[in-house]
Amino acid sequence: MLDLRLYILQRVTALIMAPLVLGHIAVMIVAVRGGLSAEEILSRTQGSLLWAGFYGTFVLAASVHAAIGLRVVVFEYAKLKGLALSLFTWAVFLALLFMGTRAVFAVTAP
Amino acid sequence: MIWPHRSQPLWYAFVLHRVSGVALALFLPVHFYVLSFALRQPERLDGFLRWTDLGIVKAAEFGLVFLLGVHMFGGLRLMALEWLPWSPRQKTFAASAAAAAFLISVTFFLNAA
Amino acid sequence: MPTDSSFLDVDVWRSGAESFQNFQVPARDSQTVLDVVTWIQQHADPTLSYRFACRVGMCGSCAMMVNGKPRWTCRTHVKKVAKRGRIEIAPLRNLQVIKDLATDMSDFFDKWVAAEGVFHPTKTREDEIEAIRPDTPERISADAAVECINCGVCYAACDVVAANPAYLGPAALNRAWSLVNDLRDGALAERLEAVSHDGGCHNCHSHQSCAAYCPNSLNPTASIAGLKRETVKAAFRRGR
Repeated sequence: MLDLRLYILQRVTALIMAPLVLGHIAVMIVAVRGGLSAEEILSRTQGSLLWAGFYGTFVLAASVHAAIGLRVVVFEYAKLKGLALSLFTWAVFLALLFMGTRAVFAVTAP
Repeated sequence: MIWPHRSQPLWYAFVLHRVSGVALALFLPVHFYVLSFALRQPERLDGFLRWTDLGIVKAAEFGLVFLLGVHMFGGLRLMALEWLPWSPRQKTFAASAAAAAFLISVTFFLNAA
Repeated sequence: MPTDSSFLDVDVWRSGAESFQNFQVPARDSQTVLDVVTWIQQHADPTLSYRFACRVGMCGSCAMMVNGKPRWTCRTHVKKVAKRGRIEIAPLRNLQVIKDLATDMSDFFDKWVAAEGVFHPTKTREDEIEAIRPDTPERISADAAVECINCGVCYAACDVVAANPAYLGPAALNRAWSLVNDLRDGALAERLEAVSHDGGCHNCHSHQSCAAYCPNSLNPTASIAGLKRETVKAAFRRGR
């Protein structure tokens, strides 16, 4: 159900995300001071290649990681297998990648 | 089901990792959806962000930061278990992961309050 | 409920009725759970089926669930597990029950073979015996995994086996790891391939229940981690 390839993908995306999560939490702790506003968020991120790269990588890694993680959960508890399980994994990956990319574009596009 | 054979700390560490992982995966689409208003409809994003002033939403955010932290630190413990020389102190490491996540989420909460 | 502390209140799983049957068993000093089962079979109900052989913790045939935890019953003292004089005894989890307390271990042993837990010699009887130094890292790793008695306790404790019937399980993977470290063995690539399929080592969640209950204090989780490392290293060497 989890073969070598999926195992490697799961661990590699986890390693990529570890520093990104710490960065994201640090940003949140700073950003949340004095409340949140769309203007404040956009002034920091709009037109920034750095933030686009940071959160673009994050979205890609999180989409892969969440898809594989949910695959295991759905297999173990819902007994989904075979083609249905593969379709589920791909659907989760593509949905998160699409929604995440749209969000990153919305906050970083110039 | 907490059957007798599961009453050992590292099984609870697994439960925490699984529950936090599923919760984060369910939160992500909502998070992305709300942020996607930033460019075209910033007023709608602000509408959502005003919710974050509410105490109960702040508490939920604290919970999310904790889940994110505990999933990351707990995951690092698992990768260290798999890839570094074996250490018998896994229970200590699991407890430390939860403590570190709690510390981070409290820091976040105190800044948000 | 027993009021007399000279008796144990024992519930034993009966496969015919699909329920527990209560027996009052005389309490003794220095009494094992296997002694309790044997007393029931000899004095209360001769139709009770169970399995044992050596009675001294070597053969690995008497493992059962005792108060919900997998135990080798011949080396488990009643004093250690009885809760206010009560014991519940059931067949090992994650295995088909043949009758009462006797399980069918076929799956368990078939997976042992499926994980390439079989020695593939590289020499014939005409060759010199290969000298293995006891202080090499491989020999030390193999040593740590080698004392398994095939009792199935880890297999019954494993929640990944419960969730995924194809999973090879802690004992078979532990055996594969001891052979990966056996310098005389000639099937390393085949073995790493055998433990990399859908039911392979990568499914382990590191609950460490196997290690928590192993009567010989082996650590299958550490062995499985070793397999994860070696399979990944081999995959990168192949340039996959």
